[in-house]
Amino acid sequence: MSDLESFRAETRQWLEANCPPEMRKPVKDESDVYWGGRNATFKNDAQKAWFEACRDKGYTVPEWPKEYGGAGLSPAEGKVLRQEMARIGARQPLSSFGIWMLGPALLHFGTEGQKKRFLNEIASGEIRWCQGYSEPGSGSDLVSMQTFGEDKGDHWVVNGQKIWTSYADEADWIFCLVRTDKQNKYQGITFMLFDMAGSGVSTKPIKLISGNSPFCETFFDDVEVPKSYGEDCPAYVGEINRGWDVAKYLLGHEREMISGAGGGDRTAAIGAAMKRNAGELDPVLRAELAQFDVDALAYSAMGEKFLDELKVGKAHPAQPNMMKYAGTELNKRRHELMMAAGGSRALEWESEETGGGKGARGWLRTKANSIEGGTSEVMLNVISKRILDLPGA
Amino acid sequence: MPLYYDDDQAMLAETAQQFMAEEGAIAKQLRHWRDRDCKDGFGHGLWKQFAEMGFTGMLVGEDDGGLGMGNVEAGIVLENIGRNLTPSPFLSSSVLAATALKHGSDDVRGRWLPGLIEGEKVYTVAIDEGAKHRPETIACKAEKSGNGFRLSGKKDFVVYGASSEMIVVAARTSGDDSDSDGITLFAVPQDADGMSHDSVRLVDSSMASHVTFDGVELDGDAVIGEVDGGRDVLNAMLMAGRVGAAAEGVGVAQGAMDMTIDYLKQRKQFGKLIGEFQALQHRAAHLYSEVEIARAVTIKAAQLLDGGSEKADFMASVAKAKVAKAAGLAVKEGVQMHGGIGMTDEYDIGLYMKRDRALQEFLGDQYYHAGRVAEMSGY
Ligand SMILES: Cc1cc2nc3c(=O)[nH]c(=O)nc-3n(C[C@H](O)[C@H](O)[C@H](O)COP(=O)(O)OP(=O)(O)OC[C@H]3O[C@@H](n4cnc5c(N)ncnc54)[C@H](O)[C@@H]3O)c2cc1C
Repeated sequence: MSDLESFRAETRQWLEANCPPEMRKPVKDESDVYWGGRNATFKNDAQKAWFEACRDKGYTVPEWPKEYGGAGLSPAEGKVLRQEMARIGARQPLSSFGIWMLGPALLHFGTEGQKKRFLNEIASGEIRWCQGYSEPGSGSDLVSMQTFGEDKGDHWVVNGQKIWTSYADEADWIFCLVRTDKQNKYQGITFMLFDMAGSGVSTKPIKLISGNSPFCETFFDDVEVPKSYGEDCPAYVGEINRGWDVAKYLLGHEREMISGAGGGDRTAAIGAAMKRNAGELDPVLRAELAQFDVDALAYSAMGEKFLDELKVGKAHPAQPNMMKYAGTELNKRRHELMMAAGGSRALEWESEETGGGKGARGWLRTKANSIEGGTSEVMLNVISKRILDLPGA
Repeated sequence: MPLYYDDDQAMLAETAQQFMAEEGAIAKQLRHWRDRDCKDGFGHGLWKQFAEMGFTGMLVGEDDGGLGMGNVEAGIVLENIGRNLTPSPFLSSSVLAATALKHGSDDVRGRWLPGLIEGEKVYTVAIDEGAKHRPETIACKAEKSGNGFRLSGKKDFVVYGASSEMIVVAARTSGDDSDSDGITLFAVPQDADGMSHDSVRLVDSSMASHVTFDGVELDGDAVIGEVDGGRDVLNAMLMAGRVGAAAEGVGVAQGAMDMTIDYLKQRKQFGKLIGEFQALQHRAAHLYSEVEIARAVTIKAAQLLDGGSEKADFMASVAKAKVAKAAGLAVKEGVQMHGGIGMTDEYDIGLYMKRDRALQEFLGDQYYHAGRVAEMSGY
């Protein structure tokens, strides 16, 4: 048996022994997702057991090095683990912006001290992070952001406002773009890390069209951010005034995550399930579903290729933009079709039969996919410029 | 007949536009009732005002006290309802139920029309059985019982059902579930014994019922039109309803588009108004084209219907399908071009998306109607 085959066999056994049956059922709503953090609670024992087993094995972040809380898996092993988890429908044991966004940036730009502390806190689910990028006047044109940190020697005093900060009201720490040089647009931003519990930070939830309020306005009112959290552990990632490089690198990972390239629900075909749920399908709708399934299955192959190439440095560095564009447009279409197949029942907003309008709320939520993390238009602009090298783009 | 509004229709359009923008505005109606968790889902005060404007009975013949107008005129009112997302029973009462009642006997018309015209009463229709609109199959049964009928079965997506004083129910009085003949329409009063509502709020904040008829006893005079001959009345009702829903959809598309074009002229990024980006300009221009086309086919269908053309049924399906596509595009582009703010409940653009979704389903979605277009074209 090759190493990889024996790894697969071991993994299968380990999952069999450690993944409770309840954790092999599809995620129904937000409460089924474990985000970690200081205030986190488990929905049930199965969720707790599954999380703890993965944490202890390094499987909350399987491909991170062991000293930072991961399992040190190679890309090939990581893929096997993903496949084996998908095979039994295992849920993610821990979801977080730390895993998807900050972690990769720290692995790339962080100091040893930062990695030891922050990566371990992320892997163990102790600290939950949120992302302070967008501001009211700076969305697509992110680099124009104005939140300002005044240099006071050993600390900054930060003032300003962020917006659309997902889960800011539930997060412990924020990774935040702060302007530290007003004269220099690109080279005047510092990528800061600080505790949201500190004085001067406040959040105000914003209600979404889906009726939920997972994002916030975040205000900084004379927030003191120390420049260092101890030896080899600065409060900023990369260099002072060079945070834009870190911000962009992180965005690549965010876009990869939102693209759904990693597989799962977002890339699956849906036609057969629609027929099971809704009965005989109208012929034109059936044709539309078939067209969708072709696109979804092809995209799923693209996702696999993209991740395989990304892990070994073969993907074009701007490829996550294409994946995000294609994946999110596909996901919006998926939910449009699910609504169509569900008919008038799927319109219900509060009824028990629909679990309080889960389908409709989920459908509305997907409309943000092509906005959050950079809009589809921005993705297309980046592709035109960085991949196609089009004139003037 | 030219495919634009004549002088009277243009005047009605102006009146309806002004009235709806003032009285039917989103803040005044949709948000007002939604935020109070109103169980009706619309305001009775506004319904009264509709009556004062002459809207409630506009399709009712002059002999019966109505205005004797046509579906083009009803479409004008509906387009403005769509633009302002005005919650009202106009489509279900004044278009669908009224069209059915026109086929009723003197007694039936005398019993139900005055309340509608005065804005005292609200009616609706019960057609769908199941989550998709498939009126070719009707299983809900009305069996002969004494001088009348016993009604049993279930209906879904009965818009404003629980608030309606009367429901026009399409039921089977003979034949098999999928037979074309053997349908009879009944006017079932709200207080009928054995009728129960499971009333649910929908994504657009409107209300709809799953209605159960458990041996509801109906007099012979509850019948609208001929016993077993209801398919023609049902079809007339469906045509009017579909053309009406299309007109409302045009309004939803126009309202969403207007908001979006405004936003493109206000929001700045990269030191420019986002409307300066050609990527958005072309999409806005494309959307405009689609909405214009959708309106044209909707008025065309309404004119054919008012002229009694046998092409009306076909064109009603073309219109319903085309509007679904155009309005779907308008609300999707609307949210997307607003960026993050488009996802917030505070901003109105998302309300357009929700209303569009409900309207898409009502009386057949774009897939159903595209299928009909194929069938009626012989392929
Ligand atoms: C659900 C959700 C969660 C989010 N979570 C976070 C978070 O946790 N942290 C965070 O910092 N931000 C978050 N965001 C914000 C998100 O990153 C921004 O909304 C996004 O970058 C767009 O910015 P904007 O909303 O200001 O839209 P704008 O930039 O104002 O865009 C408006 C429209 O103009 C278009 N446009 C802009 N520029 C161009 C151009 N040059 N060419 C063509 N079209 C253009 C856009 O594509 C869009 O359609 C979240 C957003 C959503 C919806």
